[in-house]
Amino acid sequence: MDKNAPALLEVDQLRTHFDTLNGTVRSVDGVSFTLQAGETLGVVGESGCGKSVTALSVLRLVPTPPARHGGEVRYRGSNLLALSEKAMRQIRGNRISMIFQEPMTSLNPVMTVGRQIAESVQLHQKVGRKAAMAHAVEMLRLVQIPEPERRAGEYPHQLSGGMRQRVMIALALACKPEVLIADEPTTALDVTIQAQIIDLLKRLQREMGMGVIMITHDLGVVAESCDRVVVMYAGRKVEEATVGALFERPLHPYTRALMASMPALNTRSRRLAEIPGLVPAPHELGQGCAFAQRCEHAMPRCRAETPVLDNHAQQGVHLVACFAVDRASHTPSLAAQPEAAP
Amino acid sequence: MTPQTPVAAPPTPLLQVRDLTKHYRAPRRWLSKPRPPVQAVDGVSFDLAQGETLSLVGESGCGKTTTAKSIMRLIEPSSGSVVLDGQELVGLSPEAMRLHRRDLQIIFQDPYASLNPRLTAGAIVAEPLRNFQSLSEAERQERVQWLFAKVGLRPEAAKKYPHEFSGGQRQRLGIARALALQPKLIVCDEPVSALDVSVQAQVVNLLMDLQEEFGMAYLFVAHDLAVVRHISHRVAVMYLGRIVEIADRDTLFDAPLHPYSEILLSAVPTPDPKVTPKRILLQGDPPSPANPPSGCRFHTRCPLAQPLCKTQAPALTPRATTKGSEHLVACHFK
Repeated sequence: MDKNAPALLEVDQLRTHFDTLNGTVRSVDGVSFTLQAGETLGVVGESGCGKSVTALSVLRLVPTPPARHGGEVRYRGSNLLALSEKAMRQIRGNRISMIFQEPMTSLNPVMTVGRQIAESVQLHQKVGRKAAMAHAVEMLRLVQIPEPERRAGEYPHQLSGGMRQRVMIALALACKPEVLIADEPTTALDVTIQAQIIDLLKRLQREMGMGVIMITHDLGVVAESCDRVVVMYAGRKVEEATVGALFERPLHPYTRALMASMPALNTRSRRLAEIPGLVPAPHELGQGCAFAQRCEHAMPRCRAETPVLDNHAQQGVHLVACFAVDRASHTPSLAAQPEAAP
Repeated sequence: MTPQTPVAAPPTPLLQVRDLTKHYRAPRRWLSKPRPPVQAVDGVSFDLAQGETLSLVGESGCGKTTTAKSIMRLIEPSSGSVVLDGQELVGLSPEAMRLHRRDLQIIFQDPYASLNPRLTAGAIVAEPLRNFQSLSEAERQERVQWLFAKVGLRPEAAKKYPHEFSGGQRQRLGIARALALQPKLIVCDEPVSALDVSVQAQVVNLLMDLQEEFGMAYLFVAHDLAVVRHISHRVAVMYLGRIVEIADRDTLFDAPLHPYSEILLSAVPTPDPKVTPKRILLQGDPPSPANPPSGCRFHTRCPLAQPLCKTQAPALTPRATTKGSEHLVACHFK
């Protein structure tokens, strides 16, 4: 990857706020990242951290109102948040497309899968019905569905979960997009099927050279498929680094705690490290760092000011939003830190 | 707090499951040929010792939840035997079964759907006590408070309703309810699958702490193999309604013998970018349990399959282990 090439997609201080009766919910609060062609960017965090809303906001799939957007999403120089709906439709599903978590509810149940893929092709390219259908069959072949001609004529309920997710991928890639957003593409699948799907996504990315945003809560999936990782907590980016740096030297206390709390097949820790407490409710976020209440390194300053992202890498980029990075990163072991520091 | 493998299994295990089978008959349509039954569970046998955790693992549709629920008789098994503490459960009348349920409790996967939304948390946990123990109201309240403390809920939480709790707290509530009668066996049906990683760690630790304190056995149904490795003493791998391998945890994870176990374990992503996974990709999807392959049910996808596998189903037979624990594998060639 050429580091100096202009980014394919630039998300700049993206904000997605919802006005509710309980106050403003800041689901996404000033998130920035870039995506290069051919790169896979992981976005990780727990439920409610804003990772899916970020993805939906990039494609403008969050209804406004009730949502309000701020910041910019730049794709090839134009701000997607300012485009007309008509112009946006030229991009959505064509230049930037998305794979959803639940392949059953995101496919049309009363339309054959071949027709669904062909529809997307006809919408974005000047091709006839027959040619579009032929292309759909080709796409099904590309995602390694056996007997694609027969399967194209079947309905989603006739396919297994893994196969439906392959159809979703075929649908998303039918117009050869430059950016693919995969929102928990394997969460609903069994591990053996997950392995097949990740393998498939990697191969297609290599062949088609697109940029992929992989949204997941599974650090194992991140380690295997991503080049760079953004860690989100309560609507903000708290850490960003290359996948190697993040797993070698996680710096934000939240990232460290998340990694320690995960049981792993190859490590034999005696007790899982817990993160005390809960993710704060989005409308209860007040001053300061959102993780401060659960953080073992929190200082008075953490509760008063919101930390900004600083580069902590000797070389390259390793952004961390934490006042206590030095304290946190000098703690010797990741695991077995049950009690907070006094 | 690593679970200690019991040195020698006591002569009579707490739970003995023999040839447990659950076939669902497809409804017969008028004038049509009868359709074959769905063989959700087909001849499952295992033992579970007191204070032991046995995990059932496998992909969706392999019958692990049906096995667990058939043991509880929440699903009526088609045939087979389930002996809990010397008492045969299959065939008991509903009232006789009810009396045995105090020894046999369950924690469900979905902490949202398994709690009555119109009862307070305190009433939910008090319900088993009300059903099985004659306590005064004050004694019962005291017991509920004690249970709340044991699972890490605040005493004042007893007045709240389920929707006021987070997912992890609800699962704690489900655990308190299961624990109320101090059962000998708790069936845990995917208890942490619906939870976030950080909360999952809290619940896994809690389950292990409680087992250490009260010594009940767990039958743990899960698809997350990392959690299974953490919590289990022994693990049984299921494929299409049958157990294909059963062994102590370390043997199974370090040296699995059945080709399916090997493939399943290799599919788990490693959270370390420096490790290149040695992955065996499984081709295709699992066959339908209504029309399972002949012989060994895995032969259609197995890298080692020979003509013999097509015709003859391999039995679960013992293999040599270094630790002297039992290691059963159902494969002709391993």
